[in-house]
Amino acid sequence: MPEQKIRVLVAKPGLDGHDRGAKIIARALRDAGMEVIYTGLRQTPEMIAAAALQEDVDAVGVSILSGAHNTLCPRIVGLLRERGMNDCLVLVGGIVPKEDIARLKEQGVAEVFLPGTSTEDIINFLRANVRPRT
Amino acid sequence: MSEIKELSTPAEAAVERWEQETLAPVLRQRPERREKFETVSLDSVERLYTPADIADIDFARDTTFPGEFPYTRGIHPTGYRGKLWTMRQFAGYGTPEETNARFKYLLEHGQNGLSVAYDLPTLMGYDADSLLSEGEVGKCGVAVSSLADMEVLFDGIPLEQVTVSQTINAPASVLLAMYLVVAEKQGANFNKISGTLQNDILKEYIAQKEWIYPIRPAMKLVVDTFEFCTKHVPKYNPISVSGYHIREAGATALQELAFTLRDGIEYVQWGMDAGLDVDEFVPRISFFFNAHNDFFEEIAKYRAARRIWAHAMRERFNAKNPHTLQLRFHTQTAGVSLTVQQPLNNIVRVAIQALAGVLGGTQSLHTDSYDEALALPTDQAALIALRTQQIIAEETGVVNTIDPLGGSYFIEALTKKMEDGALDYFNKIDSLGGMVAAVEKGFPQREIQDSAYQYQKAVERGAQTIVGVNKYVMEDEQGKIDILKIDEAARERQVTRLQQTKARRDNGAVANALEKLKRAAVDNENTMPATIEAVRAYATLGEICDALRDVYGLYEEPAF
Repeated sequence: MPEQKIRVLVAKPGLDGHDRGAKIIARALRDAGMEVIYTGLRQTPEMIAAAALQEDVDAVGVSILSGAHNTLCPRIVGLLRERGMNDCLVLVGGIVPKEDIARLKEQGVAEVFLPGTSTEDIINFLRANVRPRT
Repeated sequence: MSEIKELSTPAEAAVERWEQETLAPVLRQRPERREKFETVSLDSVERLYTPADIADIDFARDTTFPGEFPYTRGIHPTGYRGKLWTMRQFAGYGTPEETNARFKYLLEHGQNGLSVAYDLPTLMGYDADSLLSEGEVGKCGVAVSSLADMEVLFDGIPLEQVTVSQTINAPASVLLAMYLVVAEKQGANFNKISGTLQNDILKEYIAQKEWIYPIRPAMKLVVDTFEFCTKHVPKYNPISVSGYHIREAGATALQELAFTLRDGIEYVQWGMDAGLDVDEFVPRISFFFNAHNDFFEEIAKYRAARRIWAHAMRERFNAKNPHTLQLRFHTQTAGVSLTVQQPLNNIVRVAIQALAGVLGGTQSLHTDSYDEALALPTDQAALIALRTQQIIAEETGVVNTIDPLGGSYFIEALTKKMEDGALDYFNKIDSLGGMVAAVEKGFPQREIQDSAYQYQKAVERGAQTIVGVNKYVMEDEQGKIDILKIDEAARERQVTRLQQTKARRDNGAVANALEKLKRAAVDNENTMPATIEAVRAYATLGEICDALRDVYGLYEEPAF
């Protein structure tokens, strides 16, 4: 039986238009055999959670470079959990100061990837941490 | 077999002799470190450049003298001996009060021009109290929602004397109006006001993605500012055609050059189609380029840019005024090249990139701060960045002669290669129907995305070294560096001022002004006079943009 493909939503919340990273990640995950849905720019946390539910994804990769991560990321996690997506991983990539990382993790973010991370590391993280579907 | 072997020129014969007699024995003993050497834009960089590589360059036609067509060696006959570049550090964060203080700090330390960074809500045309602004107010720049904020931002800064560059695009006409009204309140004479509005909407659709309206009405707003400034603020640069963001989004140096200049040509075409005189408005069009790591390629890019522009203006538009032909540009070092890892290394990267900008003849320069991959810069980091420019200007001696690399076989050959490559892109874009049409078809966007992905893959397989990231990595980086924290209360303070402004103003006057603006937009008239009237009445940025959103609608990005 073929292994089920990991499904990932790549999301750009907030007003920031810097989508170079999001698009590179989307393409790299796709090249690694995952199913990738990219939300496009300027999605509210509500839109992102709704898309995650509708697409039934295993993980949401949030790309954010504007400094609004402390406001937006916990809200995305909260909305996913409210919708019963308890196993859905939330990964954050972008410009995030070190001291914010611990707080984001306490708030339910699975991992924060800083500039300079290789796409391989992200792929490996997803493969190791996405919970197999039952 | 009837193959005809061309005879070598004496220059080529000399190279062949060297290759056989001197080089070959050494290569037999020890091969080179790599089979192929390349830059981001060029497939291969030769081992050695000689007169044979510049045989097709005619000094009298292509290179010439500074201040003479096609300006390859610079637009000023005295280079930096006459006047140094303007040291213009981009700054802005939090509230207008905080940014005003940073501006004064930079001016006190020898900076001679200002450059405003606006926050994302301002860039997108939303007020601080908009739902969409949550978490974003004052984060990436200063928050400005109305004239009241602009008055604070430039408090105590005489706009007749200090030139100010504003990085604002989709709502640029509104911020220009606010700037002019503040200047007017200071008693400034519009004829003396200088400065630059970024106002380059094409590169937003191509790379930076901070758009509001669909492309064609957005281009019309740009042309409105050209027309208005030509008539009323003659020393002001109403646009800075920007390759910076195109590069940051992943373009190669060649793509940056080609797309930026082709954008420039598109604006000139639109201006002329609106009835403007090429030799009247084009002299106020300025450019903005990136300074990235590949040192010589960057220098060649700037030299090629001047030559391409001069030819394009003369040949496509029959321009006669020398100022129309002269490409002036601002440079900023590559934010995207900065690393979180071992951040002090960034000081060195910035210095080398800045040197490339200077050797390329930039008119003004921003050097990034070493902490920018972490957050907005602290005072200390911003000061080192400024000092970097001062060291280049006043210690290294590179400013003593004009275009010091001109005549280098390598630089001249690279300049030609960049020029040829850009002209190939021009042909492609012309065949798509021009830049607006090419953007609507997603052409430059796709080219850039492909380059960005290729670059990332090159980094990951180690073909492209990034010191501290994929080589010379330190697992346990010690050393904590201070970073600038943006006060989360910035939004509350901005919302309070917004409410006070709305309570004090004449709401009838605001409604009338907004109605007039809509009418101007519907009737395809110049929107600047109505925008200024609305700003004067303290209509907010969000209200003014909403009025135009009603008329023009919103841009929707083509699917990825």
